Formats: sequence, structure tokens, C-alpha cells
Amino acid sequence: MLTLIGVAIVILGFALRLNPLLVVVAAAVATGFAAGMDLVGIVSEFGRAFTQNRYMALVWLTLPVIGMLEKNGLKERAQALIARVGGATTGRVLMLYLFIRQVTASLGLTAFGGHAPMVRPLVAPMAEAAAENRYGELPPETRFLIRAHAAAADNIGLFYGEDIFIAIGSVLLIKAFLDQAGYPLTPLQIALWAIPTALAALLIQLFRLWRLDRRLQRELGNRP
Amino acid sequence: MNVLDGIYLLLGLMFAAAAWLNLKDRGNPRHLRRASFWALYAATFLFGTWLPPFVVGCLAIGMALLAGLGLGKSGAAEPTDAERRAGAARFGNRLFIPALLIPVVTVLGTLLLQNYTPGGKPLVEMKDATLVALGLSVIVALAAGLYMLRQPFAVPLTESRRLVDAVGPVVALPQLLAVLGAVFAVSGVGQVVAALVGRFIPVDSALAVVCAYCIGMALFTLVMGNAFAAFPVMTAGIGLPLIVKLHGGDAAIMGAIGMLAGYSGTLMTPLAANFNIVPAALLELPDQNGVIKVQIPTGLALLVVNTLLMYFLVFRF
Repeated sequence: MLTLIGVAIVILGFALRLNPLLVVVAAAVATGFAAGMDLVGIVSEFGRAFTQNRYMALVWLTLPVIGMLEKNGLKERAQALIARVGGATTGRVLMLYLFIRQVTASLGLTAFGGHAPMVRPLVAPMAEAAAENRYGELPPETRFLIRAHAAAADNIGLFYGEDIFIAIGSVLLIKAFLDQAGYPLTPLQIALWAIPTALAALLIQLFRLWRLDRRLQRELGNRP
Repeated sequence: MNVLDGIYLLLGLMFAAAAWLNLKDRGNPRHLRRASFWALYAATFLFGTWLPPFVVGCLAIGMALLAGLGLGKSGAAEPTDAERRAGAARFGNRLFIPALLIPVVTVLGTLLLQNYTPGGKPLVEMKDATLVALGLSVIVALAAGLYMLRQPFAVPLTESRRLVDAVGPVVALPQLLAVLGAVFAVSGVGQVVAALVGRFIPVDSALAVVCAYCIGMALFTLVMGNAFAAFPVMTAGIGLPLIVKLHGGDAAIMGAIGMLAGYSGTLMTPLAANFNIVPAALLELPDQNGVIKVQIPTGLALLVVNTLLMYFLVFRF
């Protein structure tokens, strides 16, 4: 039971909004001690896993390009492009992105998209611009809500699209685990059963984006 | 040194530039702390391949301590409205080309690296193909951008400093959470949780077992921040013994839908930092949970959908 102390520290630390880096380190050290490791062992395990997971930071390598383009008006250009599309709304822009993200992910093209390369420089500005073109200057809360929906579209498209692809990490993990347990399966057998959920996820999120448009219309459409 | 190590060196140089530009920002009362934080992070990329794990661990813990002390505000200059409008007018839709080169070259590069095997040997390890392709795509996009926009070499570095400063220490959070997952795994946290969940299920009811497995996957993912960590534990503890062996369910359906039930947890937890906390920082939302709040209704709805799908499908095939 004592090994759960790390889980408790994480929940408490995040709930109290302490610095997340500090919370995570404290939880790791406490869990290590509870499991009977010594300090050098814990720090070494920490360093080993930190280096092993460096790949998670590779997405930041796109920032020099994105920053340079932003400085030269990429967001303004994305907004101008949307202004020329009649009938563009925030919800429709995000519906289109969600659809593209999910379809490309289901073909294994998970690199199409992402928060740093696509959402911040292109998708979120377009979604915001679509609302601005209809309703004028947006209140900050609305702006933040639209951005959050843009990030959510990326996540939901990715999560529920990629599992249909047979060579993706999650499918291979399921296969490897069940193989080991004595249930040999092909990746296709597993990926097939991800399709109903993928369709449900797409429909639910499309419905929510349709409701987002209605909400924007209700809140901003009748402003003086 | 392989290709991927070379790409990590580039990342190290980018963070080193952020450290250097913060160090030169003498007017900022926190410039030393800010510079130290990025310098430590840069060191993990520049020397990480060669440093002993204990030293890397010390660097990472040093970063967490600095972040805990507080890094204050960035002194990076935002691009002015005039600058951005002038660029947009001058370059027009050409601005999209470098931005789109990143995903296009990543995808094409991945396919090429995975399929082009001169002499029966791939150029890079299969599992590294996407990462290497991403690195290459950035080099291509950067070269194209510098050339097309006639920008000085310093601009990408000052701009990446502005952006890493805007995101802040959260930049390293996904990696640290992966570390926490590794420590949880060696300490056997998963087995304890599975045993706890297993103790409270009425095992005779097929519906109860399916609910326990799906909701358990989501809850465990909520706590671990990662459905991949939850899957082996919940499946060994509940899925295989109760759904498949006791009630005769289909293993493929259990596995596929079980993993997707876990994703509901991913949508709702701050511990899945790279999907939830990082974009909130990247999009400069005042609430670090802003993305999670938008995703909770979808996450809950899909948990119900997955539980029902599993109940109606898993015993039929």
C-alpha cells in the first residue's frame, strides 16, 4: 500500500496547483523510497528514464520554424485565408481539421498535425478568425474556449484515429501482451475492433463542435 | 553516434541558445534562474547520450528545483503588429510553405526511411524513423524559410527562445511524467491498484466485470497519465481472468476496446501533459486545465460508449 504514496502526492500536488515539475520529482522519489530503493538508485533510474524519453521533446524542434513564420505574419495570413471562405465558422473549421486528423492518423500518418506545428500557428488562428469575421472582436474567454477546442480536436482525431492503423504503438502493445498471455492475434484483428469507437468519437465531437457554433451565435450573435 | 543523437544535438543547441539569450537579458531579475533552467535542459540533450544516468538524474532534479523556485516572466520581445502585418502582406501565402513542409516531409521521410533498405539494412532503426524524419523535416523547413523570407540566421533562435519561454518549464513535463511512469513500474504500483479494483467486483456478473475493466482502464490512465501503462496491469488483473477466461469473451475485442476506454482517461488528466498541459501553455491559455475541461464531456461520453460496445460485442464473437 505504501507504494501508492506517489499517486497520492501527484493527485494532491496537481489539485493544489503546485509546480508540476516539483510534484512529479517528489512523487518519484517518495515512490522509490517506499519500494526500498536508495537515493542513488532512484536518481539513476530517473536519469535513465529521462534520457530514454528524450524523444518526447523532439516536437520542440519545430519552434524555430514556427516562431520565424509567426514573426512574419503566418497567423495573420491564416486569418486572411479564412476570411475569404464564405460560410466558414469556428465549428466548421475545427470539424474539417478533426476529420482530416482522424483520417490521416487512421492511415498511420500521425505526423500530420500536432499542437506545436499545426494547432498554434494555423488551426487555432483560423478557428478564431472565423468567429471574428462573424462577430467582431472576441471576448478573451471566447478566444480561450476556441483555442481549447482546437487542441481537443487534434487530440481526439489522433487518439481515436491511430488505433485503426495496424502498425501503431498501441495495437502492437495489445498484440504483444495478448501473444504473451497465450492469445495469438494479428494486428488486423485488433485494429478492426477500434473502428466502432472511432466512428462514435468522430460523431460525438462533430456534434459538440456544431453546438460550439450555436453557442457562439447565441452569446455573440446579438451583441450591440 | 547515430542520426537520432545528431538530432538531439540540434535540440540541445536550440535550448542552449534560449539559455544564452536569457543570460544576456540582464534587466530581468530572474535572468540567471531562467538561463540555468534552459542550460540544464540543453545539457541533457547535448551530453545525455554519454553522461551516466545518475548525472542526468541530477540535472533533471535541478531543473525541477529551479522551476519550483519560480522562473519569473520572460523578457523576450513579442513580434510587433506592424512587423507581422508587413510580413503577411509581403510574403502572402508563401508563408504556408515552410509550415506545411514540416508534416509533409515528416510523412514522406518516415515512409522512405521505413521502406528504403539498401543492402537489406535500414538507414535508421525502424522505431526511430518518424523521429529522424521529423528532425530532417525541420531542417528542410528551416532552410526553406530562411531562404524564402530572407531572414538572418539569428531569427529562428530568438523566436524559438520566445516560444520556449512562453511555454516555460512545462516543456520538460511530458518527459518527467514518463520518468514517473517508469518509477511507478519498477515499484509495482500497478499491481497494487489492480488488486484493489479486483477486490470489489461481483465477478459473476458479466456486465459488472466489463464495467470494472473499462472504468478501471480509464481511472488507472487518469492516475498514470498513460493508457499504455494501464493496459498490461488492468488486462492481467481483470480483462483476461474475468472477461476472457471466466465469461468467455473475445480477447481481440477486449484488448482493442479496453485500450480505447483508457483513452477517455487520457483526455481528462493533467498527467497526460503532452496532450493536455503543453497545448494549454502553447496556446497561452490562462487556465492550465483549459483543454481538459473542453475534453471531459467527450471523454465521459466515449467511456460509456466503449463500455456498452464491449458488453454487446465481446461475448458475441
